[in-house]
Amino acid sequence: MIAPVDVSARHAWLDGVNPVAKVAVVIVLAVPLLVSIDAVSAATAIVLELLCVPLTGLAYATVVKRLLPVVLFAPVAGLSMLLYARPGGTVYGTFLFATISDNSITLAVAVLLRVVALALPIILLFARTDPTELADALAQVAKLPSRFVLGVLAGARTVGLFVDDWRTMGLARRARGLGDRGALRRFFSMAFVLLVFAVRRGTKLATAMEARGFGTDVPRTWARPSRLSARDAVAVGGAVLLMAVALGAAVVTGAFRVVGT
Amino acid sequence: MAAPARVDVEGWGWRYAGRKLPATRDVDLTIEAGERVLLLGASGAGKSTLLAGLAGLLGGSDEGERTGRILVDGRFPEDQRGRIGLVLQDPEAGIVLSKVGDDVAFGCENLGVPAAEIPGRVAEAVASVGLTVPLDRPTKALSGGQKQRLALAGVLAMRPGLLLLDEPTANLDPDGVAEVRAAVEHVVRTDGTTLVLIEHRTDVWADLMTRVVVLAPGGGVLADGPPAQVFAEYGDALAAAGVWVPGRPVDLPMLAPLAAPDAVLSARSLSIGREKRVVVASGLDVAVPRGAGTVVTGPNGAGKSTLALTLAGLLPELSGEVVAADGLAARGVRRPSRWRSTELLTRIGTVFQEPEHQFLASTLRDELAVGPRALRMPAAQVDAIVDELLQRLDLAPLALANPFTLSGGQKRRLSVATVLAASPEVIVLDEPTFGQDRRGWSELVALLQREIARGRTVIAVTHDADVVRHLGQHRVVLGGAA
Repeated sequence: MIAPVDVSARHAWLDGVNPVAKVAVVIVLAVPLLVSIDAVSAATAIVLELLCVPLTGLAYATVVKRLLPVVLFAPVAGLSMLLYARPGGTVYGTFLFATISDNSITLAVAVLLRVVALALPIILLFARTDPTELADALAQVAKLPSRFVLGVLAGARTVGLFVDDWRTMGLARRARGLGDRGALRRFFSMAFVLLVFAVRRGTKLATAMEARGFGTDVPRTWARPSRLSARDAVAVGGAVLLMAVALGAAVVTGAFRVVGT
Repeated sequence: MAAPARVDVEGWGWRYAGRKLPATRDVDLTIEAGERVLLLGASGAGKSTLLAGLAGLLGGSDEGERTGRILVDGRFPEDQRGRIGLVLQDPEAGIVLSKVGDDVAFGCENLGVPAAEIPGRVAEAVASVGLTVPLDRPTKALSGGQKQRLALAGVLAMRPGLLLLDEPTANLDPDGVAEVRAAVEHVVRTDGTTLVLIEHRTDVWADLMTRVVVLAPGGGVLADGPPAQVFAEYGDALAAAGVWVPGRPVDLPMLAPLAAPDAVLSARSLSIGREKRVVVASGLDVAVPRGAGTVVTGPNGAGKSTLALTLAGLLPELSGEVVAADGLAARGVRRPSRWRSTELLTRIGTVFQEPEHQFLASTLRDELAVGPRALRMPAAQVDAIVDELLQRLDLAPLALANPFTLSGGQKRRLSVATVLAASPEVIVLDEPTFGQDRRGWSELVALLQREIARGRTVIAVTHDADVVRHLGQHRVVLGGAA
């Protein structure tokens, strides 16, 4: 769970973009990077996206903090490429199935950058998005079934309760003399109890929602209307432009490469 | 505002699918518009089932078998959502969305109230329960009393004619109880809404109610009439059934006052918190007298539970040290937070607020054996301890039942028994009487009094003035956000 950033001051340009448009922006920024594999397009995208940070209302420090886990993980993805990609060019070393070559080094760098380039827009776009606003947009703009969307939204609210449960159960196991060893077993026994809690809480929540008229045939109204505006078009257009520049840079420098070639 | 609703219950009964016996049956009851009914009965008499039936929430024939019928204003409750509002005991259970305003609006949206009309309704509902927080306040930041008033506001925004409250104050501290009682009173007095309420703690509500209905265990109505009359005629039976009848205090002895005892646990300038950098309270000087009852009281958020868990060696001190008496030291270490789990087990036992958090096994027998087995006692000794506890705490017939299937009072007793199994010198309990009816309450407090008489030290965090009276030989009062 990512803790939401303080959204009390909502005056950044991106705050006025509909969450559904944000989803579209993520798709525009992600798909081309998923099917291509070269360092230049990803690096260009990262640089351009970082230039957009002021529009999001996030501080650069926050972005760095959020990005840190991804940056730490990315080398793992890169490493497998480095060792196991199809050899090509100069070969620097071989061990069992692992071969480090020019080709594998290039691919490793490309994959590493890609992981960051895929994570960055998600952080930039959704760090300040309120889950309720997202649900409103998914149901009203994207026309997803409101029962499903609101059910997930209400369920997600209970995640915090489970975190508290988990912590308390850990303390309780120490109190009962089982805290010294058997961490794995403890984990599974706590996970099982959590499951029981989840079922119960779900049942209670369903009752509470039904008691308030949820799930009847009456057409639902929305206290918080969610609509698309010109700004949403600008956001998506901007994303297309950004991606075009990134891919263009790769083509011009001759680095462009599609997955599988 | 909506007109108050009239209720007709005609030979009504309900048997949950998979159960042999009906939860209740043969209930005949007419509630006139604007009446305020306190619904009582022993645990298992079907009070909550009747309330769910009145709310139209029991479901169809796949969920159970219905006899007779319930009509609200001459129509089935299932067909008039919004006309009937229900608030449940658990403050967490009634909240759907993460912001106050959104949550209150939720019911209106579902009923198809035009969007333009909703903000007005929300403002009105929030005002009538006296909730003065901003509408964008996260619901998780509310206190228990505020959460219950929020749940009430969410119901009121739908403009119900019938209000159903199932132990709305059982899990609240005294401030929360007063808040919720005031909010409900304001609503029923201004709008004349018909009210049906379940609550063991009748003294909180009795003067607001116009009528008391007592369900008989096994079906039907045992008593029905004005509160004073029903309490006078059926007081004994109600008290035996677990109801706190006004003017009938519990008949347990008081403990003798303390004569300068030595401290079994003590701390100076203690800072406490659940997380490393979040200090909940600081500068605490505590000395827990050996072989006596100590109660920890104070307003919400003062850090009572955190103090209890810190004294119990479960949370590390943020600054200062909790120090155990010499005789209690393990490997020469006197700080409980530094003890191993098995060392803690025989020295300080903790009963958590929610018994289920500490259950580990699939039968009561195994549950009670967890501690002794962790101490590597021989099987015969484990059996002897378990048998003795099952007998003493009146749980023997349930020895092979799953702890999760017990009633609230039984779960509480079992959680205390699991602690007693390892025979710790100190027992720490967090809100042990929350949600307990009079019978469960008396059994528990009597048990703790006996343990104190045997020389054990009991530390109880509580809001309950009766617990303070009966166990509070020593009192620790926390100040709240200073």
